[in-house]
Amino acid sequence: MIRFLVEKEFKQIFRNSFVPKLIVAMPVLMMLVLPWAANQEVKGVKMSIVDNDNSTFSERLIHKLDASSYFRIVDFSPTNDKALNSIEIGDADIILEIQSGFERELVKTGFSKVMISANAVNAMKAGLSSSYLASILMDYVAELRNEHGGINKGINILVIEPTFKFNPRLDYKVFMIPALMVMLLTMLAGFLPALNIVGEKEMGTIEQINVTPVKRLIFIFSKLIPYWIIGFVVLSLCMGLGWLVYGLRPTGSLLTIYLFSSIYVLVVSGIGLIISNYSNTMQQAMFVTFFFVMILLLISGLFTPVTSMPNWAQKVTIVNPLKYYIQVMRLVYLKGSAFKELLTPFFALCSFAIVFNTWAVVSYRKSK
Amino acid sequence: MKEVIKVENLTKKFGNFTAVDNISFSVFEGEIFGFLGANGAGKTTAMRMLCGLSHPTFGKGNVAGFDIFRESESVKKNIGYMSQKFSLYEDLKVWENLRLFGGIYGMKLPEINAKTNRILSELGFESERNTLVKSLPLGWKQKLSFSVSIFHEPKIVFLDEPTGGVDPVVRRQFWELIYDAADRGITVFVTTHYMDEAEYCDRLSIMVDGKIIALDTPANLKQQFIVATMDEVFHKLARKAKRIDN
Repeated sequence: MIRFLVEKEFKQIFRNSFVPKLIVAMPVLMMLVLPWAANQEVKGVKMSIVDNDNSTFSERLIHKLDASSYFRIVDFSPTNDKALNSIEIGDADIILEIQSGFERELVKTGFSKVMISANAVNAMKAGLSSSYLASILMDYVAELRNEHGGINKGINILVIEPTFKFNPRLDYKVFMIPALMVMLLTMLAGFLPALNIVGEKEMGTIEQINVTPVKRLIFIFSKLIPYWIIGFVVLSLCMGLGWLVYGLRPTGSLLTIYLFSSIYVLVVSGIGLIISNYSNTMQQAMFVTFFFVMILLLISGLFTPVTSMPNWAQKVTIVNPLKYYIQVMRLVYLKGSAFKELLTPFFALCSFAIVFNTWAVVSYRKSK
Repeated sequence: MKEVIKVENLTKKFGNFTAVDNISFSVFEGEIFGFLGANGAGKTTAMRMLCGLSHPTFGKGNVAGFDIFRESESVKKNIGYMSQKFSLYEDLKVWENLRLFGGIYGMKLPEINAKTNRILSELGFESERNTLVKSLPLGWKQKLSFSVSIFHEPKIVFLDEPTGGVDPVVRRQFWELIYDAADRGITVFVTTHYMDEAEYCDRLSIMVDGKIIALDTPANLKQQFIVATMDEVFHKLARKAKRIDN
């Protein structure tokens, strides 16, 4: 019986003038355009320099900064006040003040200080550019050490060493691509089923189904299977594009990625079907789904790390299936985590899949 | 005669509104039973309860030997239903709709294929086998819809205003299909607005304001009200309606 229903779903999907195009166009667009646009990487930060030392050492540091693509030196100010002024009028984003005696102190004591002031209106940009700057300073220190005969000299500049593990170039695209895949699967496997059953309600075709002896479980499964397969296609397309365009291949096993994705698609499709069961119109289903997807995305750790959320929000993320899936995708893709390290998200996602799909079956009512 | 539908005191309330008010009747095997009433009289609601699409508020009902309260899924195996609103899949082809519903009722593929061929040739539909249902004219859609509802050879078929909006020629053809089905032993339960169609039924019930106020053969009803046509019978009775027609 289910075979006939699944067959029907596929025919309807492929005969739809819009859905097949959407299934291809969305992954392509999201993978080709968004990693560049949805990018919090900081480049070309406008820098104002206050060089009170005017020495060879300070000049070399300035050259080094100028050579990096992260910074663009926009002016040299005689005083810090002047430099602050250029931040105020928007000409500069960050100030590097080199104190007088910078070279002398370094040579003599092996230790000196610089001052960084960043415009923190865009906190993200400020934080990132400060840490870039710090890492360039570190680099410079290493250079000086080499020239002056190794570590013995103990030349140092007071900076905190930043570590960027697993994404050494701090490439934001690398960080975003697995997350974009998650977003895409969430949207396609969430919205399409959400609009499906309610669409049958609007057309009136559900009535003809409800008057047959079809089992609720079978009917719901016949709706899930097509989206499950579409999920696989979309994911493969995304991974292919990620590899072709960005040279990004999962560090961990493909099998783990597919396993988690197949469970995750069931979870979101289940949510979609629940919404569809409770909605009376497509419009209602659309808005409700949008509302949930939005919330789930924002508290998932996709854009902002879960650990920097307030305590209550961190607690809310425990019931957010997206959080687990994003976590898994990033870990497997970037770090190469093995399945046995991912048992918590595995059981969490399995539970969500069971709960939501049972709910979807129960909330589908053949009689009123 | 064997009763295939037996209803006692069936009632459906929506809040304070009593859509179906304490109706009792029986339908016999092989009969064409006409279920008449003005718009809003409660015909569709009553029919939906018999089909297991709507839960009765109270009362008893037995359809094809199964209780409509407790065994609605078993009822569904033994009935066919054609809704007032066209409800086949418009984006499937003619043969695909037949195949889908045959499959849902558990028919085997060779049986489905053979029956599809037979039905399409009987209807003179062979040329439209691969046509998407949405591009069929209304009359053809209705005929197809009827064929789908009896595709699995149910004991009873429920037709909710099956000829609404179609021309007299198609209506005539449609009633021929109904007679064919009745000849094969399928009990037909049909609602209609057309009083000429009412004359084709073996027995009729007339519903006003949720209640059945007359039930007999067309001939007896005309005799009882001393009129020449069913149309006049209906006017005499429907005039008593207090509910505002929606």
